Amino acid sequence: MSESMVEIRSVTKTYERGKQKVEVLHGLSLEIPKGDFVALMGPSGSGKTTLLNLIGGLDQPTSGEISVGGKRIDELSSGQLANWRAHNVGFVFQFYNLMPVLTAEANVELPLLLTRLPAAQRKKNVAVALQVVGLADRARHKPRELSGGQEQRVAIARALVSDPQLLVCDEPTGDLDRKTADEILGLLQVLNREHGKTIVMVTHDPKAAEFARRTLHLEKGQLLEQGALHATQGQPARDALELR
Amino acid sequence: MTKTGFVVANLFRKKTRTILTILSVIMAFLLFGLLQSLNSIFSSGADFIGATRLITQARVSFTTALPLSVVPKLESVPGVARVAYSQWFGGVWQENTQVFTFAVDPTRYHDVYPEWVMPEEQWKAFANTRTAMIAGKLVADKYGWKVGQKIPLSSNIYPQKNGSKSWAFDLVGIYDGSDESWKKQTNAVFINHDYFDEANQFGKGRANFFIVKLGTGADAAAVSKTIDAMFENSPDETKTQTEKDFNLSFVKQIGDIGLIVRWILFAVFFTLLLVVGNTMAQSVRERVPELAVLKTLGFSDGSVLGFVLSEAIALCLVGGVIGLALATLLGAMVEKGTGGQFQLNVNGLIWAIGIAAILIMSMAVGLLPALRARRLKIVDALAGR
Repeated sequence: MSESMVEIRSVTKTYERGKQKVEVLHGLSLEIPKGDFVALMGPSGSGKTTLLNLIGGLDQPTSGEISVGGKRIDELSSGQLANWRAHNVGFVFQFYNLMPVLTAEANVELPLLLTRLPAAQRKKNVAVALQVVGLADRARHKPRELSGGQEQRVAIARALVSDPQLLVCDEPTGDLDRKTADEILGLLQVLNREHGKTIVMVTHDPKAAEFARRTLHLEKGQLLEQGALHATQGQPARDALELR
Repeated sequence: MTKTGFVVANLFRKKTRTILTILSVIMAFLLFGLLQSLNSIFSSGADFIGATRLITQARVSFTTALPLSVVPKLESVPGVARVAYSQWFGGVWQENTQVFTFAVDPTRYHDVYPEWVMPEEQWKAFANTRTAMIAGKLVADKYGWKVGQKIPLSSNIYPQKNGSKSWAFDLVGIYDGSDESWKKQTNAVFINHDYFDEANQFGKGRANFFIVKLGTGADAAAVSKTIDAMFENSPDETKTQTEKDFNLSFVKQIGDIGLIVRWILFAVFFTLLLVVGNTMAQSVRERVPELAVLKTLGFSDGSVLGFVLSEAIALCLVGGVIGLALATLLGAMVEKGTGGQFQLNVNGLIWAIGIAAILIMSMAVGLLPALRARRLKIVDALAGR
């Protein structure tokens, strides 16, 4: 795991809340190797989600450098960043954030509308992604017809379908019961180990963090420690999902 | 799935709201189509009339008749080729059906209006029969009149000398128009002025309108001015205008239809703007997180703006086109139902204005919510800020 997927150098992030300026991250540096599965933990307001947003290219740092897959994303314009996200990152949210008016397969297909893939190929990729998350039989269901765990699986399929190397997950099990949460985390683990996806996951749940290779602790916008490898983790497989 | 499919799916996320909004757009454009066609009847219904004729009437009002002695004076004006005259009779058919009836000098009228087409022997019969009547094809078809029939009409203005308001005329001809525009105007009836003049209880030797046919190359404005100057300070002061202006001013007696129509449409569209604008704003407000997710997935700010704007355009376009189509259908039904006398024709121009209105309205109601969606910051929207 010597090659870096994410390199963060001296990043600060300041928000303006009315007339007040709040510095959330203070000169943070971090390196995440390719194929890693990192859990970001810390108390509320510690800057976990802010860091995740910066890694996923949803926000720009106030200062410092961020490289993902060797690309300096802190230098990209808003339009370039959108294009970069479409091809390089998959997102999984706590509340799934599926489009309620679309079926599971249409939700998964959404990111592919940004590609030039023909409809037949898109359909094929969607079917593969739904199969990977074990929801092939629920393709025609709308989100309201699915359980929370199933919705999160659809969200994971949506994150996977354009075959990004990096998945960022913000509390992916925060809205699920223990059993379902473990299933989802197991799925993420498979994606990391079997398909070589690099995963950065924010969580409050120490049990969820155990599914990651290592845990990083943030407090008051600073990294406390580079967490050690969890005992259960081995080397990840590097076979990418053959979706393209 | 396609991007269009995504727009349509979003449009029907709240079916009842969308259907009600589309219904309000349909109603607005139905009203727009019908009122515009009504307006065009009044404002440009005289477009088919050329500038070869002037109408001279009493300066005070056309209800005040002028003596027939003005005819030779009018014909003496340079540029005037021929003069006909016409008197409003106020004919009523059967119970209470108004028939546009005018008493005219047949020969003069035939000379001045070559647009009315009828076999020459019928024109002769009209000129030579005192009790003759000729009817426009539309009227004759509507009431099933045939040449040779005796047509009883009563007049709500002119009783006969014996006091009776009932008159009887011999239908000697049915005239048609020389082209499509004139064919649509064949909704009047003409009777012989000589007979009317002798038999009626009131004024003699007078007429309401004098139709002045201009000679080749005559200047309509100059001739009008000369005629009115000729009768200035006389007991029979005149007002002369082109036939087209006369028709328009006649219509304006009812009121400025164009202005009324514009105000009604302004009120309708202003209300519609609020209704559809509110629908669009609410629709965007409700799915701020979804729009943020679209951006997260890599859809650009412009794409998100495009999605919202497309929804507004689709909403207005579907409602607008259905509304205009219904107006076209209803207009045709009204025209057919009135035997062509009331031509609510939703023509190409009205459609073009309608489509332009649809696009302008789409922008007006969609642009602000679309810009809001475009400006959304992903991080804030996902955090519910």
